[in-house]
Amino acid sequence: MKEIMTGNEAIARGAWEAGCHVAAAYPGTPSSEILENVARYGEIDAEWSTNEKVAVEVASGAALGGARALAAMKHVGLNVAADPLFTMSYIGSNGGLVIVTADDPGFFSSQNEQDNRWYAMHAKIPMLEPSDSQECLDFTKDAFELSERFDAPLLFRVTTRICHSKSIVETGERGEVPIKPYDKNPGKCVMQPSAAMVRRRLMEEREAKLRAFSNDCKFNRIEWGSERHIGVITSGVSYQHAREAWSDMGGRVSFLKLGLTWPLPGDLIAKFASEVETLYVIEENEPYIENFVRRNGIECAGMELLPAIGELNAGIIRAAMRGGETPAPYKTDITAPPRPPVLCPGCSHRGIAFALSKYKDILVSGDIGCYTLSVMPPLSVIDSVICMGASVSAGIGFRKAFSRAGAREDARKEGKKINKVFGMIGDSTFFHSGITGLIDAVVNRSAIALCIVDNRITAMTGHQENPGTGRTIRGETTETVDLTAICTACGVKPENVRKIDPYNLAETEKAVKDAYDSDEIFVLITTRPCALIKDVQRKRANVRCEVDDKLCVKCKACMRVGCPALAFRDGRIEIDGSSCNGCTICAQVCPRHAISQAGEFND
Amino acid sequence: MGVGGQGTILASKVLSVGLARAGYDVKMSEIHGMSQRGGSVTTHVRFGAKVYSPIVDERGADILVSFEKVEAVRWLAFLKRGGMLVVNDYEIRPLSVLTGTAEYPDGVTGKLRSEVPRMIAFDAVKIASDLGSVKAQNVVLLGALVKGMKLDHIDWNAVLKDSVPPKLYELNARAFAAGAAELK
Repeated sequence: MKEIMTGNEAIARGAWEAGCHVAAAYPGTPSSEILENVARYGEIDAEWSTNEKVAVEVASGAALGGARALAAMKHVGLNVAADPLFTMSYIGSNGGLVIVTADDPGFFSSQNEQDNRWYAMHAKIPMLEPSDSQECLDFTKDAFELSERFDAPLLFRVTTRICHSKSIVETGERGEVPIKPYDKNPGKCVMQPSAAMVRRRLMEEREAKLRAFSNDCKFNRIEWGSERHIGVITSGVSYQHAREAWSDMGGRVSFLKLGLTWPLPGDLIAKFASEVETLYVIEENEPYIENFVRRNGIECAGMELLPAIGELNAGIIRAAMRGGETPAPYKTDITAPPRPPVLCPGCSHRGIAFALSKYKDILVSGDIGCYTLSVMPPLSVIDSVICMGASVSAGIGFRKAFSRAGAREDARKEGKKINKVFGMIGDSTFFHSGITGLIDAVVNRSAIALCIVDNRITAMTGHQENPGTGRTIRGETTETVDLTAICTACGVKPENVRKIDPYNLAETEKAVKDAYDSDEIFVLITTRPCALIKDVQRKRANVRCEVDDKLCVKCKACMRVGCPALAFRDGRIEIDGSSCNGCTICAQVCPRHAISQAGEFND
Repeated sequence: MGVGGQGTILASKVLSVGLARAGYDVKMSEIHGMSQRGGSVTTHVRFGAKVYSPIVDERGADILVSFEKVEAVRWLAFLKRGGMLVVNDYEIRPLSVLTGTAEYPDGVTGKLRSEVPRMIAFDAVKIASDLGSVKAQNVVLLGALVKGMKLDHIDWNAVLKDSVPPKLYELNARAFAAGAAELK
């Protein structure tokens, strides 16, 4: 049957058709929809894992136990899961083990632009790179077979434009695959040094077999054009852009399209290169293929012509490789004001971010989630964001540095003394990797103040369940992990763990002040759910804030909370009633009480 | 392109499904930024006998539909010379404007009209709101796009029927027709 699917939907479909039994993931753009779609197939035991390392380990155990298993994550997630990845290369598989990495060339929603193809080379495992949704489906099915055939985990590398592009897919039916027998085998599965040494040698033999396979497999193919003056080696979405870039040449250009990109097919590349006059390598991000080609003594043009940063498109390739005149684009003399992402109207992070914004002598160590956006003016509260969980642990480090220097430079200039270090982390991120930092802070007596902004959902990636929501990926009720209990169990004094309603500014500001004044580790847990959770939206659909123009003195104090529903227009403060949810943060900062909540809550 | 929450992606999905049903090869690419609401959202749809790249290059779009006025300015370079520009004559002020660090420009539609010969602007929010819900603004604009691309031979009502909840079908069908009617 023909359907139009995103790459992520097609990977999920491919896993289902391949008879996959177990799938695990931590959400992260652009990968999140893979598991959301997998979860629709009842035959696959799907879970949101606490983090990517857990996901890969769950999938690894399942595969060693004989099941076909898949783990999915965004590119930086594979850093978290790198530990099991590298050693699973030694252990290999039993049932097929497929690890999907979704890279993000162009930084559409990531903190870096790392190219995870190097992981396959580094861990010595086979890698598949599909170019469209059909290949996402087909290659996923093949991936399980390859993993089993070569006794190796397989890295399945996609990028944002593969994950989030729809194209037409021919689907099939599920082929049930029995769970393979499990035989206890410490020599294969217990990676202590002597066993690992043996497996290490086997990995080299496996690499040799994979290299031979790579030179002669359906994934790597030459598409000869009618002429051989231009040859292009490419893979992934770059193949589509390259095809497009030369599409006006009437099929005269030849392509070596690579789908199995580790090990790279040295002989096939040499054969192709020897038959074309000019050889181009077209790839996004890193010169991964190009380095290999050059190392094999083959001349080619690639990265010296293409941008090293950002995603490719056909226009960039055309301009870089072919040059020529292009007509000027339409343009106006208008400058479009920037439209960066912002905290939504009614966002449950706004209250605590506003309370923190009043302190100019604190450092706020931030984390990965919507609350990162409180770095934007006018709140401007976040000092650093590194990676998942770093709000806590980097906060510990900041505090160590400041305790030696006396104060942060800009604060010292204003005559302020030692800074307080706050951390800001979401519920899902705290479960992912904040807990370890908190234990570190407790044991090493680091009196940071940690704000766990618990909005009862993994919001930024599109509302996935997490250990604090009480629901599984399929929406089934399950245990809810208690944040307060975790914090006290880690050793934070119960009187220093404070639950607050971030819609109540007085309560929030009081708690922030208590944390600021304390010489002990302090945890503030906000308890408002994300304003975009369907049930929250329904309840508050008819609630909004309204301005009384007779009382308003246009002081714009309300504008300092940074709410996109508020505007100063034509000499008056306006609140957009359709986007406002009546959270009243703006009303609470108004010195004239000119803003009030209106409308009724739905039951 | 539009702003998070305007239904840009759903409109593009409906368009892609319709084109695929009509037998075209179709690719659609979407970029939804980090925020759920308020950030810039863009989708690209390409169709034909055979489509390779899922994204439109600069100067490559036959039609550019802007769900918000100033977004048309931001993405104008993507419009092909001679292509058609459809603008929702509606302002969503970004936070940079609300906080006073940037200004929302004046005379946007006028300047766009003087630059782009095939340009049309209308208030899809008002049209949708008059029909019953501002949320149907995306389908109003879809109606205009389909008319602008002369794709009216496809049975869009059937596609809409399969794409929206049953109780919203009538509203969306009317929104679609109203959008198409803006292009005489």
